[in-house]
Amino acid sequence: MAQPVLELKQLQTYFFSAQGTRIVKAVDGVSFTLNEGGTLGIVGESGSGKTVTSMSILRLLPPAARIVGGEIWFQGENLLTKSEAEMRDLRGSQLTMILQDPMMSLNPLFTIGEQIAEPLRIHRRMRGTGLLERIKELLRGVRIPSPEVRLREYPHQMSGGMRQRIVGAIGISCEPRLLIADEPTTSLDVTIQAQYLNLLKDIQKQSRLAMIFITHNIGIVAKMCDDVGVMYAGKLVERAPVRTIFNQPAHPYTEALLHAVPSLTDRSPRLWSIEGQPPDLANPPAGCPFNPRCPKAEDRCRREVPPEFQVGENHYTRCWLWEGR
Amino acid sequence: MSDNLVEIRDLKKHFPVTKGLIFQETIGLVKAVDGVSYAIGAGETVGLVGESGCGKTTTMKMILMLEKPTSGSIIFRGQDIQGLAGKDLKAYRKGVQAVFQDPYSSLNPRMRVGDIIAEPLAVNEAFSRAQLKERVQALLSLVGLRPGAADLFPHEFSGGQRQRIAIARSLSLNPSLIILDEPVSALDVSIRAQIMNLLQDLQEQFSVSYLLIAHDLAAVLHLSTTIAVMYLGKIVELATSEQLRTQPLHPYAQALFSAALPSHPDEQREEIIITGEIPSPLNPPSGCRFHPRCPFAKPVCSEVEPVLKQVETGHQVACHLFTDTD
Repeated sequence: MAQPVLELKQLQTYFFSAQGTRIVKAVDGVSFTLNEGGTLGIVGESGSGKTVTSMSILRLLPPAARIVGGEIWFQGENLLTKSEAEMRDLRGSQLTMILQDPMMSLNPLFTIGEQIAEPLRIHRRMRGTGLLERIKELLRGVRIPSPEVRLREYPHQMSGGMRQRIVGAIGISCEPRLLIADEPTTSLDVTIQAQYLNLLKDIQKQSRLAMIFITHNIGIVAKMCDDVGVMYAGKLVERAPVRTIFNQPAHPYTEALLHAVPSLTDRSPRLWSIEGQPPDLANPPAGCPFNPRCPKAEDRCRREVPPEFQVGENHYTRCWLWEGR
Repeated sequence: MSDNLVEIRDLKKHFPVTKGLIFQETIGLVKAVDGVSYAIGAGETVGLVGESGCGKTTTMKMILMLEKPTSGSIIFRGQDIQGLAGKDLKAYRKGVQAVFQDPYSSLNPRMRVGDIIAEPLAVNEAFSRAQLKERVQALLSLVGLRPGAADLFPHEFSGGQRQRIAIARSLSLNPSLIILDEPVSALDVSIRAQIMNLLQDLQEQFSVSYLLIAHDLAAVLHLSTTIAVMYLGKIVELATSEQLRTQPLHPYAQALFSAALPSHPDEQREEIIITGEIPSPLNPPSGCRFHPRCPFAKPVCSEVEPVLKQVETGHQVACHLFTDTD
């Protein structure tokens, strides 16, 4: 049996305005389990709370945000009871993250080598030739040609794809147990994106690393993930293994998302579109947050927030349509 | 053919790379667009696909007359646009409009939506205030916005709604060609489908032509009738969307298909993951520009530059694999 690396239980992260009068429930009761070597995709549109979820796991939230409820279990320990110093030991070693824009996550004033060395020096206390060898090994691992030369270069001397691979090398430098990738390929060209995703898969196979992919792209989920969580307005409205999501989507939002994307094989002249806009979380609609856009909404959906119903094996959804089925 | 709205003939744009501040000397040329030809028929959508640096945007800028071509010509309704002046030039500018990628930067934040949409009309047409207002209302309802939207500012709208405003503005002068530069890539998935459907509806209604520039192959296939695949300033394959979907010929086009993300986890695709990165256009590879990354490269590919050859009606490819080696 695979061991769960990460388990979220009813996580709630709210943003509070300065006077405390307005509350935005950015993450509202999110639960999931991620096993060793598994990949979870969190899909959703902007403002659905994907990034706040990942930042809550790392406990790197802006001052206005607070985790008000729930538990985050990482390798058998609740991260919410850890001190700031203990968290710092975990971040960058056991628990790492790749961000969307590699130009923002690399420091333009330091060489590539120094930036890869930093987590190894701090967490592993590596020095000298051992450190140098490890850096070269990591660069080779992410398929950077001639690492001896490259490690003396600066981020601006590399292309976008190479920079993102270097960010990847930093991410895996201390052999983490969990890697969170937040839209890692959005700024890359398609052929480079394909290279990068294959690279991440290889790395994952070698080290049985657990990964969370935060994305708005259904295609990345289809290619990379074992399990999927669909987020809408701060809630996981559906979670299931990837094939279940694609073959039997339970939530109307998931179904609409799958049909709203043009595919290379599908020749239907029109796309399904989801009418309306995602809700404003400062002023969410009553009942199910998706009800104003949902073609199947009933009276109850406009009054009561649906709880999570089990649809099948490992398949859950928050939709009244599934009550008592 | 004369029924083409726009014909682009051997269009080139070379940017000089200079050295020195006062005594500038040219040390090289970036061949951003290097001999591109295609035609856009009335009511048709031509898609340009390719990765960054392939020359999509420079081509668009030349059509919008924001860049002067180094050589080659753009023929609009039988007239070379570089020879246009006075009234004809004004008519051309009215007839060709654009919608840009980022609706957060393409709309003036200090202007009300009604004024943004009315501006092209106020400049070009002698409309009374009442006529303007009426036309703005008609345009707003056309793109699916409430009439009240005219009095609001862009920041009061979401990304998808802003893109609708930009589309309404581009339609205000009844153009015959709209250039769509990545019109949906800044939008959320559920909104993308709305905008793509809207664009299709408007095309049906007004038989306007689109030149669609995008890197998302699936979206381009979905919207376009003809597609040009560009690589480093050249068209490597030109085909109808159906031909390209069923039978992409150029190895780069095949690689784009293979690199496109699957729409289902069980979707099996031939893996032609090309290695390496796009070379610098300052120093493009000799012969076929794709040969250093091409899995099928032959010795001839690094020596002789392939030209576009017709393989079937409407399907052209520039690759030595398809030239009859005599």
